[in-house]
Amino acid sequence: MTDVGSTRARRLPVTVIGGYLGTGKTTLVNHLLRHAGGRKLAVLVNDFGALPIDRDLIVSAGGDTLEISGGCICCSYGSELMETLMALPSRRPDLDAVLLETSGVALPGMVANAVSLLPAYRIDSIIVLVDAETVLERAADPYLGDTITRQVASADLLLVNRCDLAADDQRAQVVGWLSAQMPAAPIIEAVRATVPSELVFDIEHRKAGPLAPSALGAPDASALYEAMELALPDPVDAEALARDLVLPSFGLLRAKGFVRDRNRGPVTLQIAGARHAVEPATNESPSRLVLIGQRGHLDRSAIERCVAQHTR
Amino acid sequence: MTANTTTIYRARRILTMNPSNPETTHVAVREGRILGAGSLDDLTGWGPYTLDERFADKVLLPGFVEGHSHASEGTFWRYIYVGRFDRMDPDGKVWPGATSIEEVVGRLQDHERQLSSPDEPMSGWGLDPIYYGDRRVTRQDLDRVSTTRAIGVLHASGHIFNVNSRVLDLAGLLRPGINHPGVPLGDDGLPTGELKGPDAMSLVGHHFGFDREAMASDEPGLRRFARLCVRQGVTTATDLANLLPDEAVSMMRRVTGEADFPVRIVSFRRFLGMTAPEVIERALALRKQSTDRLRLGAVKAFVDGSIQGFSARLRWPGYYNGAPNGLWYTAPETMRELYGAALRAGVLVHSHTNGDQATEMALDCLEAALLGQPARDHRFTLQHCQLADAAQFRRMKQLGMCANLFPNHHFYWGDQHYAMTVGPERATRMNACATALATGVPLAIHSDAPVTPLGPLFTAWGAVNRLTASGRVLGTEERISVADALRTITLGAAYTLRLDGEVGSIECGKRADFAVLEDDPTEIGAEHLKDVRIWGTVQDGRPFPAVAA
Repeated sequence: MTDVGSTRARRLPVTVIGGYLGTGKTTLVNHLLRHAGGRKLAVLVNDFGALPIDRDLIVSAGGDTLEISGGCICCSYGSELMETLMALPSRRPDLDAVLLETSGVALPGMVANAVSLLPAYRIDSIIVLVDAETVLERAADPYLGDTITRQVASADLLLVNRCDLAADDQRAQVVGWLSAQMPAAPIIEAVRATVPSELVFDIEHRKAGPLAPSALGAPDASALYEAMELALPDPVDAEALARDLVLPSFGLLRAKGFVRDRNRGPVTLQIAGARHAVEPATNESPSRLVLIGQRGHLDRSAIERCVAQHTR
Repeated sequence: MTANTTTIYRARRILTMNPSNPETTHVAVREGRILGAGSLDDLTGWGPYTLDERFADKVLLPGFVEGHSHASEGTFWRYIYVGRFDRMDPDGKVWPGATSIEEVVGRLQDHERQLSSPDEPMSGWGLDPIYYGDRRVTRQDLDRVSTTRAIGVLHASGHIFNVNSRVLDLAGLLRPGINHPGVPLGDDGLPTGELKGPDAMSLVGHHFGFDREAMASDEPGLRRFARLCVRQGVTTATDLANLLPDEAVSMMRRVTGEADFPVRIVSFRRFLGMTAPEVIERALALRKQSTDRLRLGAVKAFVDGSIQGFSARLRWPGYYNGAPNGLWYTAPETMRELYGAALRAGVLVHSHTNGDQATEMALDCLEAALLGQPARDHRFTLQHCQLADAAQFRRMKQLGMCANLFPNHHFYWGDQHYAMTVGPERATRMNACATALATGVPLAIHSDAPVTPLGPLFTAWGAVNRLTASGRVLGTEERISVADALRTITLGAAYTLRLDGEVGSIECGKRADFAVLEDDPTEIGAEHLKDVRIWGTVQDGRPFPAVAA
């Protein structure tokens, strides 16, 4: 039996970027391309209709593929997402990650579910964008309401975008509504989809040393976000620890680390918003966790207590 | 036949669909067009002629117009037919319906024995296990055919594959731990071999010849499709959702341009992978490449999915079995933009709407677009439009829309719609042909071949009788007369394609397109309409007997 699923040659992380038309999905993709930190990314978009990539980033265009500076590419998939994904690893064996921008009416959870059928990939996270100015109106629309709420319900991370266009009380209303819809997913407010790229990408990728707060991508990110590092010398129950750390009270947006699991040995622990994953580690590293959250929201002492609890 | 000669065909009876001359016995043809229909005396004034008696005992109708089919019906006949009901292939051979899973497996085994190489893949189509009780078809069933070659069978709905273990293995799916609604698992924790929905299906299709590349620009398939058209009396057929890349267009132009190609193909550009202004621009460019027998330049848009796949968008109270509402395939803003751009450019748009909420959305979008761009004769058509209620037909009438309804669905899936998808009342009003006609909505009816078999007389039979496979009459009040049904499969469908000035009736100046029938559909009895024997067609004045197709 060819058991492709167990060949744990590094599975490519896929970030699904969903949200209705005009919420800023394309803006987020371009922002991430500009702060890719040397990662080679494949951006998959539903169509090339309204130019998906900023012109200055495009190196060349041909057929259904755009070459992007830094060794990245952008492909349109139309009705053939699965075919495009199946062909990608052989076309581009050097990729580090995939950004999958869904169509405005797609349900990102269903898209992620489909990607999970492909052994070459793993879902890193589902980011769903909403437009602060219009989301409540759309959520009440008889045609779109259930599509919007189903999109929101699938999010690991909710991005309230275009906050500059909404009044304070409107923003608060949106955040209140989202928290009621999807209490597990952290909510980030943003303008022009500007978020630290470390919230989206594997935070330890190609970084030799520990992540410093200054490494956070966005221009004003260090004012808004902070990172912390924790050493975990003793074996833990990694799955239980990860499941607890995603609870909203810790204020965690992203975490990555190598830890020694009590039963499984060295494992990688990943948290992306409401999603966590524990997988066997491919190489031996010092046991530590790097965690990122919104400045002032990251509850260091609570996190330390939680870790201690799972170490016992 | 040389260009300037006149041939007068004598027939037992000619039903013209021309209200001022509804029935006659002779039709004169010159240069592929109709000089006139009438008595021999009426026609001799056109000068020298040859009297052709070959149809003296036949009944002529305008060539049938199939307003919603796909040329892929011709492609599918390269696979083995394992459907529940008898179906005629392009050679005229009738494949008997398989009455049990045993028979399906047996038919595949028979074919398997004829293959020489041990790893050549094998495919079937038309499988419909709902007729075989509660048991699903599994990989173990298909493993009895072969464990060494990849075997895949497409369901009649087009939404599910059944595959054998070999295919699962090749696709990396023969493993525990899969968690996806489209991949059901057996007691052993491994996939059962059913793959539901486009995502799961796309993982395996290429292992047994069902990949899009193999199916696009399929020249033999187009030829087979044309032969099926001849056998069913069809002289104009739509190929309703094609991406029409340049290589497909040039193949289709070449093949349809051959002297003995018997059908006019109307191919719509599917709205996918482009913005609305781009697809309109593409449609205008395609229109310039149209020929006599290949008509291009219209656009097909998908608003929602399918009712039996629970991906159609329904209004309150939703699905009868409580399934969540379906999916939008195109956003309302995008539909409005498409309609507006199409109205401005004079491009015809047909929109797939299955559920009544999808129909409502399309009506709202066209209403808004018409405010910005008034248009008097756009003929935008709702395709399938299966669940529309009377109020929606009234709106269609007011907005100048046409409907192309799907009565074949009643026969094949009406019992499931009644019991499971939409429940008794809405199943009864589905494909409300009588309401559409009473409201004055221009009406066509269709097969959606290969989803159901190409055959306008069968479709007409469906609209006239509304029988389900179990024999239930589903919607007595929505049955239409034989005369109305025959009009919808000729002039009605032609109207939705803006071809009614050219085809759809037998009258002076129009194309010499005839369906040549052995039996008179108005005399055989409504319940036997589907059994009318078909001699073949005349298309652009060229006779095409089915026996030679």
